[in-house]
Amino acid sequence: MNVVLAKTDTGRAVSTSFALARERLPGSGKVAEQRQQAFEAFERAGLPHRRIEDWKYTDLRVLMREVLPLAAAPDTAALSRAEAALKLHAIEGTRRLVLVDGVFAPKLSDLGKSENGLSIRTLREVLEAGDGALQGELLASDNADPMIALNTAMATDGVVIEIASGTVLEQPLHVVHVASVGAPAAMFTRSLLRLGRDVSATLVESFVATEGTKAYQTYDSLIVSLGDNARLDHLRLVEDGLEAFNISSAAVTLGAHAQLNTFGMVSGASVSRYQPTIVFAGEGARVDTNGVNLIKGRQHADTTMFMDHAVPNCASREVFRAVIDNRAHSVFQGRIVVRPDAQKTDAKMMTRALLLSDEAEADNKPELEIFADDVTCGHGATTGALDESLLFYLRARGLPEKEAQALLIQAFVGEAIESITNDQLREHVIAAAQRWLEARG
Amino acid sequence: MALLEVKDLQVRVEDREILHSLSLTVNPGEVHAIMGPNGSGKSTLSHVIAGKPGYEVTGGQILFRGEDLLEMEPDERAAKGVFLAFQYPVEIPGVATMNFLRTALNAQRKARGESEYSTPDFLKKVREVAKSLNIPQDMLKRGVNVGFSGGEKKRNEILQMALFEPSLCILDEMDSGLDIDALRIAADGVNALRSPERAMVVITHYQRLLNYIVPDYVHVMAKGRVVKSGGKELALRLEESGYAQFEDAA
Ligand SMILES: Nc1ncnc2c1ncn2[C@@H]1O[C@H](COP(=O)(O)OP(=O)(O)O)[C@@H](O)[C@H]1O
Ligand SMILES: [Mg+2]
Repeated sequence: MNVVLAKTDTGRAVSTSFALARERLPGSGKVAEQRQQAFEAFERAGLPHRRIEDWKYTDLRVLMREVLPLAAAPDTAALSRAEAALKLHAIEGTRRLVLVDGVFAPKLSDLGKSENGLSIRTLREVLEAGDGALQGELLASDNADPMIALNTAMATDGVVIEIASGTVLEQPLHVVHVASVGAPAAMFTRSLLRLGRDVSATLVESFVATEGTKAYQTYDSLIVSLGDNARLDHLRLVEDGLEAFNISSAAVTLGAHAQLNTFGMVSGASVSRYQPTIVFAGEGARVDTNGVNLIKGRQHADTTMFMDHAVPNCASREVFRAVIDNRAHSVFQGRIVVRPDAQKTDAKMMTRALLLSDEAEADNKPELEIFADDVTCGHGATTGALDESLLFYLRARGLPEKEAQALLIQAFVGEAIESITNDQLREHVIAAAQRWLEARG
Repeated sequence: MALLEVKDLQVRVEDREILHSLSLTVNPGEVHAIMGPNGSGKSTLSHVIAGKPGYEVTGGQILFRGEDLLEMEPDERAAKGVFLAFQYPVEIPGVATMNFLRTALNAQRKARGESEYSTPDFLKKVREVAKSLNIPQDMLKRGVNVGFSGGEKKRNEILQMALFEPSLCILDEMDSGLDIDALRIAADGVNALRSPERAMVVITHYQRLLNYIVPDYVHVMAKGRVVKSGGKELALRLEESGYAQFEDAA
């Protein structure tokens, strides 16, 4: 079967899966070669485990154990289940692009007349008939990371979005990953977003499941480039089913004076890991990233972020908040590298964990590697329970315990949510956080 | 029936007894003042009545309209009509005052089986009360007590008292940190709430406040006990001769 416990088993099991899947994977020639190499890299390493430094808190051999077989392309029933799920997760006023079980679903997507300068294709299209350079970029892969390698090998579909220089895209793009599989299966997606110079755009990503869809694995990889002076607002919402696995990565490159404002919230998935790498390639760029974990039960949510200050005069802000209930486990690993040339770098990182139970766990690993001398860098971390005196004040005013806690939790995550400038998107996130609080009882 | 009956109350904090056999009876419509030096246990008494965690009641009881108050959660006590205006109101960043007031008021109403206030009714009521207490509207948009001066925090407590309409108001050192004008405004706010159904327990260190909120009864606390009770003239005597005489008695 697909058990990936030891290397030898890993090899055999996933080999079979890869061999079986191969004919469904788009692309041939060079693309197929890149896949083969990536696959071999994964095969050699197997699932990452705690003895690998980057994965010490998130041992996939223990937590996940196996890579499930590739999900079948969605049938009519799966698509109509997905359509129902979209009702809850749709955001009014956005251009929706939907992937169901890892396959682009044109009927559920909004492909109506594009604004000028906006081009949307699917990964399948581009890998089967696109130009070689773009294909190469799409499958470029850091095979040192087995999970990225696996995604490269297996990526079935995704969206390839290009926005021409000078375009101000009014309508946010909403890429929705819907899991609708009937039986346990894995879906592999890869998407690309390219912003030319002076572009302004908003991307929302949602990971959701249809009702009744339980054990599944979603593996996603996103490649983003911002041209000079471009601005991207990026929202990422993980609302997967509570038995699901979500293992994702992102590779972001910023041109000169580009601005990236990201907000991520994880409330779903049994185990999730998100590993964004952000590279400053042009001077004067700025990144603001806000992360929120809202987790409970035995959920495990890991964000491992790499901020690469490769050039001078750039600023980065990372604020990561976790609300952890029951026996859930939140992990934030933030690595900041300031390369020798990157003078006047201003990089700050802050993590704050709110533990709602004695068994809740928060791990926080900041790593600053600074090779330039004229920089401002710093990090800080706080971990604690809700403030008893504030709770008592609220309760003395008539709020039952859970409601008093909810108000303080809202205040804790509210600061991060305030960073979302678009009113509609902010309301959407507030509603998602509200659902989580209400589900706590 | 008495509104509040504290009978032989003994309270410990971290293995140290702070209140020793304290008794106090308050009837509807009455205003009681509790005076006493710092550290005599006044705040402790108010906290135990409101249900603050961290205190161990080792003896005695507290009845509220004949019901055992010590069995109730703090929010149940609030819904039944117990209100404590804190000596040190906390700041709650990120919780807008308006949202807090509405959530709290509706939680109390819900617990009593009453319908929730409609938004316009609620806003109207808050605005009226705020105006009478000289609380500017923009203060209500800020986080609860965040960036408020000492006086503003105290006025915010009175605002809540007026909004929640409790039957027992305990005011813990309402006068501390207030200048004379602020004190007058706050005291007017309190006096406006005096009624035959509502009782007040006014805790203070100084008799000055009692010129503005005139009590029916005065109790002197020292070292965890009520050592003397009397009418309002007792406060004046204290002003002249100080607490020392009572501390010796305790
Ligand atoms: N949380 C606490 N832990 C330890 N001692 C306390 C605590 N709260 C009050 N006390 C002690 O109890 C006594 C009474 O305090 P308090 O009730 O605040 O007096 P008052 O309000 O009359 O000034 C004081 O000796 C004080 O030090
Ligand atoms: Mg006191």
